[in-house]
Amino acid sequence: MKAFARLLEDLLYQPARNGKLALLVDYLAATPDPDRGYALAALCSDLVLDEVKPALLRGLIEQRADPILFRLSYDFVGDLSETIALMWEAGEAAEAPGLAQVVETLRALSKAEARRLIPLWLDALDGTGRWALLKLVTGALRVGVSTGLAKQALAQWSGVAQTEIEEVWHGFAPPYLPLFAWLSGAAARPSANDALCFHSPMLAQPIDDTDFAKLAPTDFCAEWKWDGVRVQLKGRADVGARLFSRSGDDISAAFPDLVDPLLFHGGLDGELVALEPGESGLEAVASFSTLQQRLNRKTVSAAMMARIPVAIVAYDLLFAADSSGEHWTDIRPLPFQERRALLEQAVARANDPRLLLSPLLDYRDWESLAAQRAVSAQHPSVEGVMLKRKASPYLAGRPKGEWFKWKRDAHLLDCVMMYAQRGHGKRASLYSDYTFGLWSGDMLLPVGKSYFGFTDAELAQLDRFVRQNTTQRFGPVREVVHSRDDGLVLEIAFEGVQVSARHKSGYAMRFPRINRIRRDKKPGEADLLESLAKLAR
Amino acid sequence: MRPQDLLVLRPDGLCCPPGDFLIDPLRPAARAVITHGHSDHARAGHDEVLCTAATAAIMRARLGEGAAGRFHTLDYGETVRIGEVDVTLAPAGHVLGSAQVLLEWRGLRMVFSGDYKRDPDPTCAPFEPIRCHVFITEATFGLPVFRRPAPGDEIDRLRASMARAPQRWHVVGAYALGKAQRLIAELRAAGEDRAILMHGAAMKICALYEEFGVRLGALEPARADSAKSSAPGLALCPPSALQDRWSQKFGDPVRGMASGWMQIKGRARQRGVELPLILSDHADWTQLQQTILDTGAEEIWITHGQEDALMRWCDLRGLAARPLNLAGYEGEEEAAE
Repeated sequence: MKAFARLLEDLLYQPARNGKLALLVDYLAATPDPDRGYALAALCSDLVLDEVKPALLRGLIEQRADPILFRLSYDFVGDLSETIALMWEAGEAAEAPGLAQVVETLRALSKAEARRLIPLWLDALDGTGRWALLKLVTGALRVGVSTGLAKQALAQWSGVAQTEIEEVWHGFAPPYLPLFAWLSGAAARPSANDALCFHSPMLAQPIDDTDFAKLAPTDFCAEWKWDGVRVQLKGRADVGARLFSRSGDDISAAFPDLVDPLLFHGGLDGELVALEPGESGLEAVASFSTLQQRLNRKTVSAAMMARIPVAIVAYDLLFAADSSGEHWTDIRPLPFQERRALLEQAVARANDPRLLLSPLLDYRDWESLAAQRAVSAQHPSVEGVMLKRKASPYLAGRPKGEWFKWKRDAHLLDCVMMYAQRGHGKRASLYSDYTFGLWSGDMLLPVGKSYFGFTDAELAQLDRFVRQNTTQRFGPVREVVHSRDDGLVLEIAFEGVQVSARHKSGYAMRFPRINRIRRDKKPGEADLLESLAKLAR
Repeated sequence: MRPQDLLVLRPDGLCCPPGDFLIDPLRPAARAVITHGHSDHARAGHDEVLCTAATAAIMRARLGEGAAGRFHTLDYGETVRIGEVDVTLAPAGHVLGSAQVLLEWRGLRMVFSGDYKRDPDPTCAPFEPIRCHVFITEATFGLPVFRRPAPGDEIDRLRASMARAPQRWHVVGAYALGKAQRLIAELRAAGEDRAILMHGAAMKICALYEEFGVRLGALEPARADSAKSSAPGLALCPPSALQDRWSQKFGDPVRGMASGWMQIKGRARQRGVELPLILSDHADWTQLQQTILDTGAEEIWITHGQEDALMRWCDLRGLAARPLNLAGYEGEEEAAE
């Protein structure tokens, strides 16, 4: 636990990506199995220890410390694990637990047993160890390490190319013993090709206005950017089908209507969308807010499946199956255009209303594509255009210059800040999370909440505004002045609007962000709720 | 003889009517008792100032010869009568010259602690607890999350980092009066004898500390070419200079900060600090509690900082406590925040 705790703290304070990389490489080299595998899993959010919830930790500290002193401390620090780690007064020292011991014990434990063990571990650890333990068991490390960086560290440490590691990464569960055996030269490369496992998807980079001049329209295929959920579907006659989310979670259980009966042999990449009941084809694709009702569920009722049927709009093929469905070919190294031809065949062969084909758009130049993109604003489930280089192989991660996403321009509205809340992590002591509203008659009604879009300098301004203009406090939330004459106008950029029963205004912005601080405007000049309602139509 | 007859809060600061003077006044006053030389406590323009000799020297160095109309200096433990009140200064352990103020009036004993700490500090006299009826304490770090490691541990971490990355400069933010000199003195005591580069702001104060017998070893003002002309070592600057152009002359330095706030990880990250050193000149949670108990006071007044939690603690201990909403004083380095 000691080495892991030091790694986490060093990563937290290390501002440079290369510095973080060096720390990870050193750790991988110096740490034995299975600790390094568990550490890697924790950093990549691949470790699920769902027995320890924040409420349990709160209960533990309130047994040891005065609840009011805890609340004041938590409000100041802004991070539960850190607050408890700092406040904890160690009792009798036992032997400090190791990382693997903690992970394996918690996996085997019931909640009641965890409640008994965690305080004993906290007693045995020093401050940094307590912090690391609590971060680990709550699953929120936030030390600025992405999965990509972790894989890069594996590659640098082992000397094996990162793309090769990406290939097999998702075939194993923590602590990834076969992966480490291969990377340390003790075993042959494990095969992941023919398993129904997840393969990291290929991602697109956002396109810039300046990029177009460098790109030849004839080098690319264009298709709609669907506003659904990215999924990967794997199907085999002998084992059935599995559906994965973009991050590799198996979501088959929530979508039995896509998994059974088997609709496809091979592995494909596409967008999960909702359909209007009783209709079929791309015309029947419903808006994201319809689909949303089926997301984040562990299981689904028959009534729900009938009310909101779902389908996959397929746009790429990773593994092509022969006619028996048994033998697969990994076609990811092929150019997009060739994969696309095989995809079209596979969709036609499946001939199933649950599997749709994302059509290629016909365009001559970027202007004509821009015109189609502008018209797409009327389609509820299209959020822009994708550009895919005809020659691009299917590469895990976000390779440069291969795929681009060209989103519709965001909507902009001037809103008024109403409430603010402290942030988390490095913003823990700043008011960085804002709720804002639009005018409905004489009243401001909240329409969204956002904690990004601004620079550090703007954050300092916003924080100062909140502190100097607080009118009321509700626990961690501060109400700020928001009359017609006094208050702060924020220009909010957002992707769309949803009807929302939770908001008093009846609407909620999708992906709102603070675009600009409008010191030049008085709150009375901010926009009306009607403007937002019009967009929801 | 109620405590509020001896000390009362006014817009211009804490006033002692039977002695007709103010303590650390916020505006120019006829008569002022000054606890220590930090700028939010020692302001310019008072007619008569009572303080320690070191504090007077610090005020002259920072504010110029016209810092005050006239200085009256007092040794620790020495008593002087002002009006009806006997005033005694006692070491506060905060910075060189820092003092607590003991007021005795018709049998009532009140202590205004000013800013203080209980950690060992090679640059100033250690805090002395004084038995009193009413103790007035600061509460900058008045939360149970502030329990500091031993200062020696932090010095060891700095030295270990310098040994681990000898090819990089270490630039550490430390308040120009007090913290910088303490850090240097601690490093010297730990055996660090190489020259330390200094931002201009602290040089004058360092020279003054030397005059008062605090040995700081070889210090050099940092110049534009300093980073190139000598092997990488340690440079100190005020916290505000840590991320500005001044520190860029050191290439890609390890940025450190010596502050009690470094205990909170979010604060350290917000400041872009790679090496947070938890070193403060204010009492931490444990020291605040210990000190309150040491004074034997029946009543506690709590000034600037996190007074809510300390009030709560007093409440749990059955001690009468009240917040003294002194505006205008900054906690450690808030000025630079």
